[in-house]
Amino acid sequence: MAAESQPAGAGPGRPAGPSHGMRIFVLWLVVSVAADLLIGLVLGPHLPPGTMSSAAHDEQDAILWMALASAPVVAFVLIYFGYALVVWRHREGDDEDGPALHGHARIQTAWIAGTSVIVLALAVFGTVELIDSHGAGAGEGPAPIWKPPGHVSLASWTPGSPVVVQVIAQQWRFTYRYPQFGGFETYQLVLPENQWVQFDVTSLDVIHSFWAYQLGVKADANPNVNNVAYTKPTQLGRFTVRCAELCGLWHGAMFNYGSVVAPARFQSWAAATKSFMADVTSFLPAYATTYDPTVIPAFRSGPVMKKLGLTSAGGGYYPPQDPVQP
Amino acid sequence: MSLPVRVGTLLVAFLAVVGGAIFVVIHFLLAGPPVIDFTAGGSGPGKQVNIVLQEDPQNTVSTKPDWVSYFIQDPKTKQWVHTTLFKVPAGATINVTVLGYDGCTPARNQFFGKVTGTIGGTETIDGKTVRAVDTWKTCSVGHTFSIPGIGLNVPMGSPTTIAENNALCTDSPCTSGPKATMKFSFHAPKTSGNYFWQCRIPCGGGFVTGFGGPMQTIGFMTGNMEVTS
Repeated sequence: MAAESQPAGAGPGRPAGPSHGMRIFVLWLVVSVAADLLIGLVLGPHLPPGTMSSAAHDEQDAILWMALASAPVVAFVLIYFGYALVVWRHREGDDEDGPALHGHARIQTAWIAGTSVIVLALAVFGTVELIDSHGAGAGEGPAPIWKPPGHVSLASWTPGSPVVVQVIAQQWRFTYRYPQFGGFETYQLVLPENQWVQFDVTSLDVIHSFWAYQLGVKADANPNVNNVAYTKPTQLGRFTVRCAELCGLWHGAMFNYGSVVAPARFQSWAAATKSFMADVTSFLPAYATTYDPTVIPAFRSGPVMKKLGLTSAGGGYYPPQDPVQP
Repeated sequence: MSLPVRVGTLLVAFLAVVGGAIFVVIHFLLAGPPVIDFTAGGSGPGKQVNIVLQEDPQNTVSTKPDWVSYFIQDPKTKQWVHTTLFKVPAGATINVTVLGYDGCTPARNQFFGKVTGTIGGTETIDGKTVRAVDTWKTCSVGHTFSIPGIGLNVPMGSPTTIAENNALCTDSPCTSGPKATMKFSFHAPKTSGNYFWQCRIPCGGGFVTGFGGPMQTIGFMTGNMEVTS
């Protein structure tokens, strides 16, 4: 951008030409305003991932603002490119050299300042978005920095406080554990509307990723790690959960549907599921943020297990020589 | 080198590459275990289909003799076939019998000891009706038969004594040796489609988390149920 900006304009020995800068500016202004109006009013409400939760809504807003901000930049590049192709193209019989290019301190300064402002503004915008939306639906690791309001109790749940849902990934199925309702585990992911949800995401084998698309939640599921993510579902309905980390043969089939229901219906569902799952819940290890399948507590082990010398589930975690496989 | 020789050489090389590619596609990519057909007699809610499987601690009929494997009994010939692909009619009631010749392995997630998706939410293991099995306490589960697409998960029993676990069948398909017998029924989906099934017990010994090798190879511990209407 340090180039002379009027290759065909006025100069020593040349007649005064059109003001290319003004032409480009006017074109750019018209196209930019039109593009931003289209993006804001037509495309905006349909941008992914929708508005089913607080995190999704914030993500949609962030994508919208990014699109609004980047459209003029894209418009300028395309318009300048097109203008140069049309106006400054080589013409038949014109073998004259173009004008010499010189540095231009003001343009250089404006370019550096402009790009710096854009980058810094995006950094501030991103940070504010993370804070405002309590982590923006991403996994924050075991010690989240941005938490939603309300005290989390694992003993029970009352409307107004966050619901804790443990997401347990394994090849090739997500299961969900509800510690505030006796610690039952189920294939179903049911969430109450307008209540904060705390996802405790972990894995029992390889690396997976819990991606509740319409909720705007995406958190890696790593063995021996509790990855915490928050969201607040704001609309009733179904959403899709997919694994977003290539995890083996049936990775593509590792998905399920979740649903957001009214709080009263959520509580009745939780009570019914707790009862239905009572037999297998009694076999489950006590609720913990992570589980180590390589260790079966001795008191859980029966006589056959002891005589066979089995102290762990099969497989084990990644060996030290990972990723080498036998 | 004359022009005809060069052209001929180029042609031969080209044909060799094309031939090699065709061989790889046909021999490796398109080849697979056979599909056992249980659709004779049509489809519909009143249709009953009986499927008999066995799971073995090894697989002496393949190039991976130390891999655990399921076998399916062909309904016409009554022969055991080394495959995990089968076809059932839509809407039918599927009655499954599994002969569990393999020993026990504790589950990584005890939740998969729960029977789900069967008619009545139960199975029978050696004649005893169960709704859930504690794979840690009793070490009596060898595998599971799970079709996630229809919510089916059935733990497969295994020989329960030390003596039995040390005297498992050694030749596949097994015809003798200690075993557990499981029976359960489920409804096939009413519309056609493909439903993969898998074992959820980490029985891929020697592989990361026990889920490599046979667990991720069709024809051994995972397969497909094709539903046709």
